[in-house]
Amino acid sequence: MSSPSNVREKMRKKRRELQESLGRVRDDKQALVPSDWDLSRDSEHTAVEELAGGEEDPGETLRRSVMAKRMKKKKKLLKERTVESPPDEEVTAVPERDRPDDDEDDDGQPVRSPRDLPPRPVMRPGSSQSEASMRQRMTEKLRAAKSKAASLLEQESIIEPASRLQSLRDRETLTRFDRDTDPDLRADEDSSFTARLKFRDVARRATKDIRTEAGLPTAEEAYNFFTFNFDPEPQQQRPRKKRRPGRRETEEGGEGESGEEDGEDEEEGEEERECEGEEESEARDEDAPLVRDEEEDLFIIDQSAQDFLEVRRAEYMDYSRRLQRERETLFVPSMRTVPASSKLAENVRPRYLEEEGLYVGERPHVCLTNQNILENRILKQGEGRKWFGDDGRILALPDPIKESSSRPPLFHLEDELDPALQTAYRKALKSKHVNLYISGMGDPQSDYQLDVDVSGLIFSHHPLFSREHVLAARLAQLYDQHLTRQHKSITRLLTDKLNGLRNTIHNMLELHRGEALSQVTQQRMAEYKQEVRHTRQLRDVEQEKDRALLKSIIRVWKELKALRDFQRFTNTPFKLFVRREKVEREQDEQEYENDIVAEVEELQAETEEDYQKKMSEYRRQHEQWKSWKRKQKVLKKKQKKKRQQEEEEEEDEESEEELGEEPEKPDPPEKPDMGSLEEQVREKAARIRRKPGEPVLIPELTVSGPVTPNEQCPRAEFARREDVSKRALFIKVLYNDKEVSRTDSRALNMDFRVHFGQIFNLKIVNWPESIKLQVFEGVGSSFTLLVEVCVPVPESSVLTGSAASEEMEFSSNQRVTFNHEGVGSGVPFSFEADGTSTQTLLTSGKLSCCVSWAVGEDDVPLAPPSSQPAGGMYSGIGQMDAIACIGASSLNDRKKLGKWAAESRLDPNDPNNTSIMQLLSVVSGGDVAVPEYFRLEQLQEEFNFVSDEELQRSRRFRLLRLRSQEVAEFRHFKCVPSMEREISQNVFQDYEKRLKDGEIIDTKEHIDSHRALVAKYLQKVRESVINRSLIAKHHFILSDVVSEDEVPSIGVLGWNLFKLAEPKRPLKPHRKERKKVTAQNLSDGDIRLLVNIIRGYDIPVRRHYASKPPVSAKSGRSFTEPFTGPVSSQGSEWPFGQPLIRPFVEVSFQRSVLQTSTAEGPNPCWNEEIVLPFSAPNGDYSSTSLQSVRDEVFINVFDEVLCDVVEDERERGNTIHTRIERHWLGSIKIPFSTIYLQSRIDGTFKVSTPPVLLGYSKERSLGSEGGYDTIRSLSEGTFLSLFITIEPQLVPGDTIREKFDSQEVERLLIASEVFEKEASRHFPDRPCLSTVIDINGKTVFATRFIRPLNPPQELLDAFPNSPQETAQFLTLLAGDEEEHAVLLCNYFLSMGKRAWLIIGSAIPEGPTAYVLTYEQNRYLIWNPSTGQHYGQYDIFCPLQAIGCLINSDNVWFNIQPYAAPVRMSFDVSKPKLWKPFFSRSFPDPGLSSVQPEALVYRHTDKAAAVELQDRIEKVLREKIMDWRPRRPTRWNRYCISTLRQFLPKLELSGGREVAEEHRLELQSLLGEYRISGFPLHLPFSEIRPIIEAVHSTGVHKAEAPNVEFALAVHVHPYPGNMLSVWVYIASLLSAH
Amino acid sequence: MTSNNPAVFLLMINGQIEAADFPEYDDLYCKYSFVYGHDWAPTSGLEEGISQITSKGRGSQSLVWNFPLDITFKSTNPFGWPQIVVSVYGPDTFGNDIVRGYGAVHIPFTPGKHTRTIPMFVPESTSRLQKLTSWLMGRRPEFTDPKVVAQGEGREVTRVRSQGCVTLQFNIVTKDMKKLGYDTTSIEHSPERTPQQL
Repeated sequence: MSSPSNVREKMRKKRRELQESLGRVRDDKQALVPSDWDLSRDSEHTAVEELAGGEEDPGETLRRSVMAKRMKKKKKLLKERTVESPPDEEVTAVPERDRPDDDEDDDGQPVRSPRDLPPRPVMRPGSSQSEASMRQRMTEKLRAAKSKAASLLEQESIIEPASRLQSLRDRETLTRFDRDTDPDLRADEDSSFTARLKFRDVARRATKDIRTEAGLPTAEEAYNFFTFNFDPEPQQQRPRKKRRPGRRETEEGGEGESGEEDGEDEEEGEEERECEGEEESEARDEDAPLVRDEEEDLFIIDQSAQDFLEVRRAEYMDYSRRLQRERETLFVPSMRTVPASSKLAENVRPRYLEEEGLYVGERPHVCLTNQNILENRILKQGEGRKWFGDDGRILALPDPIKESSSRPPLFHLEDELDPALQTAYRKALKSKHVNLYISGMGDPQSDYQLDVDVSGLIFSHHPLFSREHVLAARLAQLYDQHLTRQHKSITRLLTDKLNGLRNTIHNMLELHRGEALSQVTQQRMAEYKQEVRHTRQLRDVEQEKDRALLKSIIRVWKELKALRDFQRFTNTPFKLFVRREKVEREQDEQEYENDIVAEVEELQAETEEDYQKKMSEYRRQHEQWKSWKRKQKVLKKKQKKKRQQEEEEEEDEESEEELGEEPEKPDPPEKPDMGSLEEQVREKAARIRRKPGEPVLIPELTVSGPVTPNEQCPRAEFARREDVSKRALFIKVLYNDKEVSRTDSRALNMDFRVHFGQIFNLKIVNWPESIKLQVFEGVGSSFTLLVEVCVPVPESSVLTGSAASEEMEFSSNQRVTFNHEGVGSGVPFSFEADGTSTQTLLTSGKLSCCVSWAVGEDDVPLAPPSSQPAGGMYSGIGQMDAIACIGASSLNDRKKLGKWAAESRLDPNDPNNTSIMQLLSVVSGGDVAVPEYFRLEQLQEEFNFVSDEELQRSRRFRLLRLRSQEVAEFRHFKCVPSMEREISQNVFQDYEKRLKDGEIIDTKEHIDSHRALVAKYLQKVRESVINRSLIAKHHFILSDVVSEDEVPSIGVLGWNLFKLAEPKRPLKPHRKERKKVTAQNLSDGDIRLLVNIIRGYDIPVRRHYASKPPVSAKSGRSFTEPFTGPVSSQGSEWPFGQPLIRPFVEVSFQRSVLQTSTAEGPNPCWNEEIVLPFSAPNGDYSSTSLQSVRDEVFINVFDEVLCDVVEDERERGNTIHTRIERHWLGSIKIPFSTIYLQSRIDGTFKVSTPPVLLGYSKERSLGSEGGYDTIRSLSEGTFLSLFITIEPQLVPGDTIREKFDSQEVERLLIASEVFEKEASRHFPDRPCLSTVIDINGKTVFATRFIRPLNPPQELLDAFPNSPQETAQFLTLLAGDEEEHAVLLCNYFLSMGKRAWLIIGSAIPEGPTAYVLTYEQNRYLIWNPSTGQHYGQYDIFCPLQAIGCLINSDNVWFNIQPYAAPVRMSFDVSKPKLWKPFFSRSFPDPGLSSVQPEALVYRHTDKAAAVELQDRIEKVLREKIMDWRPRRPTRWNRYCISTLRQFLPKLELSGGREVAEEHRLELQSLLGEYRISGFPLHLPFSEIRPIIEAVHSTGVHKAEAPNVEFALAVHVHPYPGNMLSVWVYIASLLSAH
Repeated sequence: MTSNNPAVFLLMINGQIEAADFPEYDDLYCKYSFVYGHDWAPTSGLEEGISQITSKGRGSQSLVWNFPLDITFKSTNPFGWPQIVVSVYGPDTFGNDIVRGYGAVHIPFTPGKHTRTIPMFVPESTSRLQKLTSWLMGRRPEFTDPKVVAQGEGREVTRVRSQGCVTLQFNIVTKDMKKLGYDTTSIEHSPERTPQQL
């Protein structure tokens, strides 16, 4: 955009021009106009404002005229429309265009002119023209307005000159007023309606120009800008372009400089003048009606538009004419075949090189029509024929494919290799199995089959051959040769080729007759001649061979005949006929002569050439010699002269200056003797060829001759024949050196041909590496290996049916001699009677067989995919084939091969040679060298950001890798440091230690190596389970990722409908399901464990410590005593008011310990909620992690004892000084995982109490709850009512979904699945189990586990027929509940009880396994993990629901309405109550047990037990001292020794009966001490749980200053390395 | 913090969830959360958030939240670079609050201002019947954890349908990345260094 001043300048100029033009035309109005313009010239602003102001009147009138038709809203737009609509031609666009482009328009002329965009220059004159006309009209209007109300307007404009906007606003307001005010004004104003409008436009534009200078668009302008329809410009341009091309040119010329504008504008002005003349007349005629005026106006514009416009029809050319015209210029090549005659020179017959015996390369396929088109096109051009070859086809490269890649290589292999691409040696890893088996052998569909067809065997020599046989074989062989040669007819081929070459030469000479041969042609001629010579030689050789073969056939036949005559019998049926074919003598001779002549000619030419060459050579040499001579002479002369000169001075100096050695004088070459040439040729021809006129001899061998019968043969021959008939042969087929099959043995025939004709179908699993056929020969049953033939493994494309049978030659170098006529093998023999000219023959022959891949039923080849890596031999053969097939098998090196190929001048077009040519093209294929190495991931190393070594070395990378492998130690490692140095060395210590521990068995923790091994094994099993679950964690199913509602079944829908009818606030509300929380968005502190301790039952009470043994002690009820009778009250022993016991409960979980308040009495009621925080390991709250939490909730029951520690009796009155002691009474352990999986645990639990609780006895107040007592008396022990849950409720993780493989029958598995599914559908809360997973991860049917198994004999000896002991014993074993249950059940069975395995749910275990026995008419339920048993009607039985029963025969599922053992029947024979798995419809298939016949228990080493005992004791003592860091720990040795003696008794009694005695004993011994302590009984697996158990009792917490401790450990060994550990721990407090 | 050998680098993100384009739905709100690897830890700011419910303006199609994000991470390892997971919820015809889209995008790693548009998708029902019932009951399939959209594992079992898109704007500032050897700025973009810095 040009600067404002520029714009202004332009405007001024324009105005001046306008005025000039106006002034020239209109004389009458001149007076007025200039005055007006003078004003404007004085100051633009005022002028324009004046115009704007002055416009108001005409504008008003205009509006008034328009308003009748127009709506107020669109006023401005429509105003313009009124201008546009009358002319209704292209020019309509003009005023529109002016508006938005205003600023451009005005400043545009000089700026825009250089642009040659089509619309601009054309548009500009239009706009300027309209501008001009508008201005004209404007002035006219102005004048009219002025004449009317000049003074008034003048004043108005003077009154408000200041703001343009205001004036605009004024106008607007006026507009509104005017609309309806004076319509009468319209009459006199409308005459010049459009003109006025234009005036207004111009006036507005003028203001706008100034405004745009100021950068402010008016509101109107803005409105227009957004509401306008911009008509497309070209409409306007096109006609004008047509009309006034000349003018346009001048315009364009003029546009360049503003100076020329004047002229141009003048031109325009002239045009305008015409219009104006009319317009003026119109304008003057004020009375004319509006319509007419409009018409006139329209006409005017039309007229002006007609200057630019011409309406024409679209140009159309007649189709035929167009075709005609096109025909003149275009050529459409025909698609028809071009006749050969037009492609070749006149009178030349096309020659086909193939017919002349030359191989012609196969051209690439080109569509025939395209080819025709091209030929036609070429012919159309001048000299078209040169594109065609002799055969009338377009000359083409034999193979247009470029062998080398056109892309430039990325690097130069010649250079030093990029280090990244350097080959690195990696040792090949040979997989044991992978390569052997063909992939996909697992699935039965893909079986591969190899068909070995052994058709027969022909001996070319056999030890049993007679002499005649030898000759016959030779004859047959020769005849075969003859036949093959005949078949190939190499001679004829060569002859044809020779003729062809000769013709070519001849033709070439013919073509260039008289002309000088070009260089190329000469070269070609020479080549052809060379070729001719070569071919001739070849032909001669072949002919000679033919002839020799024929001769030898006849000779052998003669020999044979002689032999037959000589031995007077015939052994072979061979007979040779020689057929003579007559030939036409003359023609034959003619040909013969011709041939000889041609040959002679050629020879002559060749010799001539040779001679010429030699001559030229000679001449050259001669020349040399001559020149030398000449020089010599000159030299000699010189020397002579010299000598003459120097003779007097230097007589003796006779230095002979030699010119080098004297070259020998060349002998001229002999002139070749042309005459002798012909003789030579003739002689040769006579030697190697049929004489002319001689009949053609065609030998024919038949096998129709009679063989002398055996009887007529001499003895030796007879013996031979006998021998032959005895012989038999068979062939073994070996696949990968394993015999897979053998043929039937066939007798050897007289003709020494054996026919087998057997096909072996080999279904193969392994990769074929070799296929061998072994020929065995023998007499009777003794066979010897005659020979072994290797058959190549066929390629996968070789299929049965299409594969040709191959003849494999074989020979054996065995030495065989006979004493009959048989010539033997490897033995010299002679045909002559005198034994001369001996020869030795070896057994040999041909085995005809065929190996191919079978074809399946649906024509699918049963061949393995060939891409599979094959054994060495297989691939080797494939590679070798190409080279081997042309007889250059030794040429492995490709370069050598290339050389060889070049030397042997292979015909590249010979189809026999295609494979080698292909190979060669790769070798010599230009710049692309075949790399000598192969790389799978060529770019891998490029992307390695660090080398492998560094990756191995770096601790950081190792850490990262271990983390991503989810190794347990690093799985949740946060923020791996970014720098190597920040990683401490000992990060991996634990991990490495663990890895090392895998091998080393740590005997420190374990008693013996066996146990350590077991522990390791367990560890491994655990790890494998963890790994399995890790893998499963990464295997997602839809429900893991997407939560979606199940499609509701009808039942659910119905239930939901029913629920709608339910009362809003039912009297018995249901417990609402808490919202389950997914584990992901949890963090530490979110999860709490709620333990509600409700009440306790039967807590042991204190016994009074009396120095003397209490009399009534016996009557005190020991709480271990089963089936107690009535108990006497002990309350009298206690001081009145002192409670029997003050128990409280302490809950410890994850190192946080909380306790309830203290209650009183043996049946306390706490009803307190304890809230414990829970934090998951490593802050990982995923379900798998939570599942693996192995923390346990310990619920310990303590007795709070207040000890009076007031030292001074006097203070007793006013001081209370007591010490609180806590005595452990018992505990309950509940693993967190149980709580997690159960989500809540609610019930009454038995507190496990020590067998002996010193200072306490089971007490019970009589009468208080008598009714309850009777039921409770059935059970024994202390109980706690608990409710445990997790807040918020966690979604228990899913069990690992994995289909384990199984050895069970599929039918059984399906049945079991159906059984379980049905069970869970009807009774979802009853666990059902029919198959279980064994330790190997295989699914096994559950009944297989049940089998009577003997418990250890020692146990039986010790406790004959005692189920309790057995159960107790079991608790020593490591293993889970199910294993225990199974073993217990098996023990019971072996003890002759009726026992079942219960699969049910119990508290706190959840789904578990118990054992049910039936004895003495009642059912007993055994808890295998504690050894406890319960009667069926025991309400404290932890078993809550029974799902199914299993024994060795069947599985029964509980379909009774109730699942609680109290309320159900155990009679499995009732199908209404128990649904059996094996029923009549699905009988038991007789599953064998997986359990062994009997368990063998190893005797446990007693010494080891003692050693362990000592170690445990030592460890525990140290631990107790550790736990009491602030106080000294004294050990009471006396007590310890007492306890130690006592422990074995406990073991023997099983913790019963002896307790009371023991207590008494202790008390008598340690009367002065108050003892609180108890024995703990534990199984031994590791030492850690023992320590934990001791710690949880809290004995070490005794704080009294004079407290002493006693600790005794006893380990009792059981067979099978089971150890029962007793720990007796007590604290002693001196009574005084 | 000004030590020459920093142990961690910082990634400061502030920006906003600007707007969403869900042609069929209205009255949507969104939740965002950041997903990052083991080596990352947020030092300040909110890891998760939930926006107001926004309605479409008259005539406009986009739902504008302009919900601010402001968080700073520290990390030792670019592995596990944070991603923001956005899930959009809104009522269906029956007024049930259902998910309208999930989407995730990595936080840009070059400093500066970035605008990201995340295509959103929802899991499809497994069957036609499911689709019908889920429509009826207003319980569309949802991801158990919206964070699955930030990972590839387990996605093969899902089928999703695209829904709309959410536009986010990030202003990224990083610190010490270059010192730890991670150069994320391209050469032409790297700011001219003053000699003092060098």
